[in-house]
Amino acid sequence: MSPTETPPPAPPAVALSVLRAEHVTKQFGGLVAVNDVSFDIPQHSIVSLIGPNGAGKTTLFNMLTGLYRPTQGRILLGERDITRARPDVITSYGVARTFQNIRLFGAMTAVENVMIGHHTQMRAGLFGSILRPPWVRREELQTRERARELLAYVGLREPAFDRLASQLPYGDQRRVELARALASQPTLLLLDEPTAGMNPNESQALTEFMRALRDELKLTILLIEHDMKVVMGVSERVTVLDYGKKIAEGEPAEVRADPGVIEAYLGKRAS
Amino acid sequence: MSELRAQLREWQAAVQKRLPPWSSRAMAVSLIVIGIVLPFLFSSSSAFMNATIIAIAYAVMSLGLNVVVGFAGLLDLGYVAFYALGAYSLGWLGSGFFFKAQVHALVSPVASTLPGVHLNFILILIAAALICAGAGVVIGLPTLRLRGDYIAIVTLAFGEIIGVLAVNGQSVPVGGGMTLTAGNLGISAVDAPYFPGIGSFNLLNLRPWYWLIFAILLVVLFVNLRLRDSRLGRAWIALREDEVAAVSMGIPLVKTKLLAYAIGAAFGGMSGAFFGTYYTVVNAGQFQFGFSIFILAMVIIGGLGSIWGAVVGGLALGYINNYLIPDVLNNLPAKFGFNFQLTQVEFGIFGFLLVIMMVLRPQGLIPERRRRLELTAGIAAEDAQLVETQGPAGGPT
Repeated sequence: MSPTETPPPAPPAVALSVLRAEHVTKQFGGLVAVNDVSFDIPQHSIVSLIGPNGAGKTTLFNMLTGLYRPTQGRILLGERDITRARPDVITSYGVARTFQNIRLFGAMTAVENVMIGHHTQMRAGLFGSILRPPWVRREELQTRERARELLAYVGLREPAFDRLASQLPYGDQRRVELARALASQPTLLLLDEPTAGMNPNESQALTEFMRALRDELKLTILLIEHDMKVVMGVSERVTVLDYGKKIAEGEPAEVRADPGVIEAYLGKRAS
Repeated sequence: MSELRAQLREWQAAVQKRLPPWSSRAMAVSLIVIGIVLPFLFSSSSAFMNATIIAIAYAVMSLGLNVVVGFAGLLDLGYVAFYALGAYSLGWLGSGFFFKAQVHALVSPVASTLPGVHLNFILILIAAALICAGAGVVIGLPTLRLRGDYIAIVTLAFGEIIGVLAVNGQSVPVGGGMTLTAGNLGISAVDAPYFPGIGSFNLLNLRPWYWLIFAILLVVLFVNLRLRDSRLGRAWIALREDEVAAVSMGIPLVKTKLLAYAIGAAFGGMSGAFFGTYYTVVNAGQFQFGFSIFILAMVIIGGLGSIWGAVVGGLALGYINNYLIPDVLNNLPAKFGFNFQLTQVEFGIFGFLLVIMMVLRPQGLIPERRRRLELTAGIAAEDAQLVETQGPAGGPT
């Protein structure tokens, strides 16, 4: 990750919300994975979603990206209702994500993986692909070129570009996944535990990289994270889930002091 | 052994580096030229010509199935359905089967006086491709929510349904005393392809048939190659590798999968239509489940997902099935004093070949580029990882 020195960014004066979840509930049979959760993500902010294992964070992510449909509630992207939209449509509206357990296309090279991310911006269909007129040729070349730029941007070294994703080392796979998400030119980036498996130095570099993404690419970032150092260091707002319910929300310092949050993480104090 | 292979690979790479950039194009052109002049080397009605024509038609089917199974990773065990539909398209649109109708379009002077629907073969070819593409979508729809083996089961059932429909179609009236199919009697006296200036094809001179199926092969091959290196081809591979990640990256699942089914089916239909006219009869008995497996075996022996593999696999099994076993080696057991002919143990031979293949070369005769990369680059990747872990990394604090 390219560490860039940035002054601590001031939150924008008028916090327009990029994404808003209203009373979202997801039930799997008898299990309520996410229970009546509402929150919103202000533009150009970094918001963290934390909570103990099984709190429903990833389920919430999957609803925001359209992989699951909420049982109840509504999800708005800007003015648009995306509650029942398909995942690929939501992506084309400018929401991109990474996965907790990296999900790259193993049999494709790093560059091809990133090109897939750019698919929503391409136009070639069946006949365009078969006949390959000049504009399709150009589109392919530009997409490939852009993919290489993005891979360089996330810090992948040149020799790894044309290697199969499954054969890249773990850290590089994380980078490729990030580049793939960025390739869809998102306005909102959802990162599911991006620092999992990283050492403290790498986590620190990623923290700085996330700030750079927000400031350079004008992104809004929603983060699921277990590393409290990262969460406290990078986010402007933190939402805490426990057993599918939102138990706290606010600035990192507030949340850290919240007795409910401490209880959720450490258990109830014996009295 | 592995050192020898590495050495060979090195040489191959060195040779490839020195070839001029137009070499692959030159290679393609020379292959096409060889393909065109090939029939002049053999007698125009020899068994070998016949086997070659059938083998090429198999290769076309194999290319079609490769789109579905190889590219998009959707295991289709009912591919015979598209062979059947393609052949029936020819039966319906190029014979006197619908005897009450009087439709003629660009056909031979003889056929244009006959009752029934008689369209030019090229028109039938297009119709067969469209009908099968539609059927491909129909079979694709119920499998969209399924994965892996379950797709195989649904497609298998679809193949069986079409087979049963073909047999019982003679009891399905379509009005005017006409029926949907002729069942096991078969729709016979189908039109031979006719082109102005060339005339009608006949089975005494197989060369025109050869050029026709060779042209179909080239078209299908071209479409395959173009699709593989396109936005659509990449989307198929992405879906094959990880469906959830693919849709999350903006690939429309339904459209992309259905396109794979439709295109694969269209190729099967084109080949089926050719078989219909070449065999001069469209008989329900031709469309057995075993044929689906036969085509799948071609794809797998060639190398799953590999275009050239599909062609080689189709040709290889085509020649073995229609030339090597019946014409060349058929009396081999008799020479050793056994009382049977090789054609009687055909399926045993195929089974044996498949097993041998899976043991010696599971990746297929001409493995796909990606699969080859996976096999050869694996060691290099492990080395790199070793360096990575031993390199200067910040220790935990």
